[in-house]
Amino acid sequence: MIRYSRFRVALMLAPALIVIGGLFIGGLLLALVQSLGYFAAIGENAFTLKHYAALIHDEEFHRSLFLTFALSSIATIISAALGLMCAVSLREVASRSRFASVLLQIPLAMPHIVIGVVLINLIASSGLIARLAFAFGIINTPAEFPALTADAYGFGIIAAYVIKETPFITLMTLAVLVRAKDEYELVARTLGANRWQLLRYVTLPLAAPAVVSSALLVFAFIFGAFEIPFLLGRTYPAMLSVVAQRRFLSVNLSERPDAIAVAVCLAIISSLLVYFYMRLARVLVRLDSPTTFL
Amino acid sequence: MAMTTAHRYTQRRAQPVTMRRFHLTDTGTIFTVAALACVTVIPIVFLIVASFARHWYFPAFAPREFSLRAWEYVASSSSGVTTALWMSLAVALIVTILSVLVALPAARVLALCEFKGKRLIIFLLMLPVIAPPLAATMGVHNLFLRFDLTDSIAGVVLVHLIPCVPYATLMLASGFANFETDIEAQARTLGANRFNVWRYVTLPAVAPSLAVAAAFAFLISWSQYLTTLIIGGNQVITLPLILVGFQRAGDEATTSALSLVFLLPTLLVFIVVARFIKHDASKSI
Repeated sequence: MIRYSRFRVALMLAPALIVIGGLFIGGLLLALVQSLGYFAAIGENAFTLKHYAALIHDEEFHRSLFLTFALSSIATIISAALGLMCAVSLREVASRSRFASVLLQIPLAMPHIVIGVVLINLIASSGLIARLAFAFGIINTPAEFPALTADAYGFGIIAAYVIKETPFITLMTLAVLVRAKDEYELVARTLGANRWQLLRYVTLPLAAPAVVSSALLVFAFIFGAFEIPFLLGRTYPAMLSVVAQRRFLSVNLSERPDAIAVAVCLAIISSLLVYFYMRLARVLVRLDSPTTFL
Repeated sequence: MAMTTAHRYTQRRAQPVTMRRFHLTDTGTIFTVAALACVTVIPIVFLIVASFARHWYFPAFAPREFSLRAWEYVASSSSGVTTALWMSLAVALIVTILSVLVALPAARVLALCEFKGKRLIIFLLMLPVIAPPLAATMGVHNLFLRFDLTDSIAGVVLVHLIPCVPYATLMLASGFANFETDIEAQARTLGANRFNVWRYVTLPAVAPSLAVAAAFAFLISWSQYLTTLIIGGNQVITLPLILVGFQRAGDEATTSALSLVFLLPTLLVFIVVARFIKHDASKSI
């Protein structure tokens, strides 16, 4: 711990604070102002809550909000379950070989757009899986193959996120498991625990905090992310970020405040999630975590 | 005496117990490794095959004809890919350099000092890293319009800084968290000046984190789609924009070739820094 004068601390933080305060917080405040009736480009210059009131009666917003919650939850739960399983089964290998950990890291570096592009070609109704089904005589035309992209249940979106986020949760959980002291297990074994009891009463409690906190991060990310639902989702109802983007880039400028209102709602929900995460991860932040946030 | 007996007992028991620690049997491990390998290998193999395929339609599982059409088109100036590639590289490199420069002093202070408001700053740094900064981008758009920053490289660089600076700062802070500042003091006592202390003591100590921070700043900027689209307004065309364009147009071979062009730098950067990435969650500021 070094003791810098207050002035020096402020000076060293200044460049970062200009970016965060000026661009990020400034941008958020400007977004708020523009969604509250100060959008000169379309002649709005008085305080109004009408863009938010409109959201209350906005059928598309309701369905989109529900869809966003549902898909984020499902994708997160599946990724967390698979991630936990991978971490437990890779525990021995990961501490010995670098190969396994590098293998886990590569999907993290893959941009979401690429995952989306490949997945469309695999699961679309004329994609590779449909062609396999044809080869085995299960289907005769692409139309007989179930719609897995741009479908009502968001299958493609869920699949893409599960592929991308499972390795992330695995890595975060593995880090904890590999570091965990052997003594707990030694004690459990000496007390006569069998393998399932060891898993249930030692390994799972050790892994749980890492799984839960990384799952929360994944949920927050999926909730606000754009590329995957844009490539693999339906246009109506679409996830919130897609709705906000479509309205913002609409030819009709008067839709912009509505778009920004949607984005502000997204930002509020994301902030709450990140706040919960920080409360949850008692140590301030898990810093060295690799990222899916590409 | 009792201690020694107990000690011997654990010593003797320790070996078989650690060996039999729970894992989902060896087949489970092999299956998991294989599944993870698929996540990496299938996309890359598919993209390579698809980029050379010609008239590859349902129901053909494997392409029957191959051609260089997609690659020739990608390399030609009429596709605009080379321009987009250089644009992506330029934007990402500028963003990386700026992010690291801004992050260095901030990371040091965040990791090594206690001060009021530190938690709030960390919270604000985490926000744009975890949740894509859509609202902030839409908010600054109007401001950028006034300063002629929309449709310009400068505007795109600025908006990319919103997620990249926090990310680089948090990554670097973890490097500084384990840094013993006493060594700097020792070097000073031995007569090194401030620059030499930084050059020969501080920099080598945080170099791995610096590499990781720079790599991720690059990768985040490299894969930005929506922020570039909103601020760049289809005037600043980067690879992701052109890639999505081809995907929407339904040209599979070109989309695949382009995906590889887009993917390769990320994998290269990642492989270079992979050994510096620590997944140890215990270190924090």
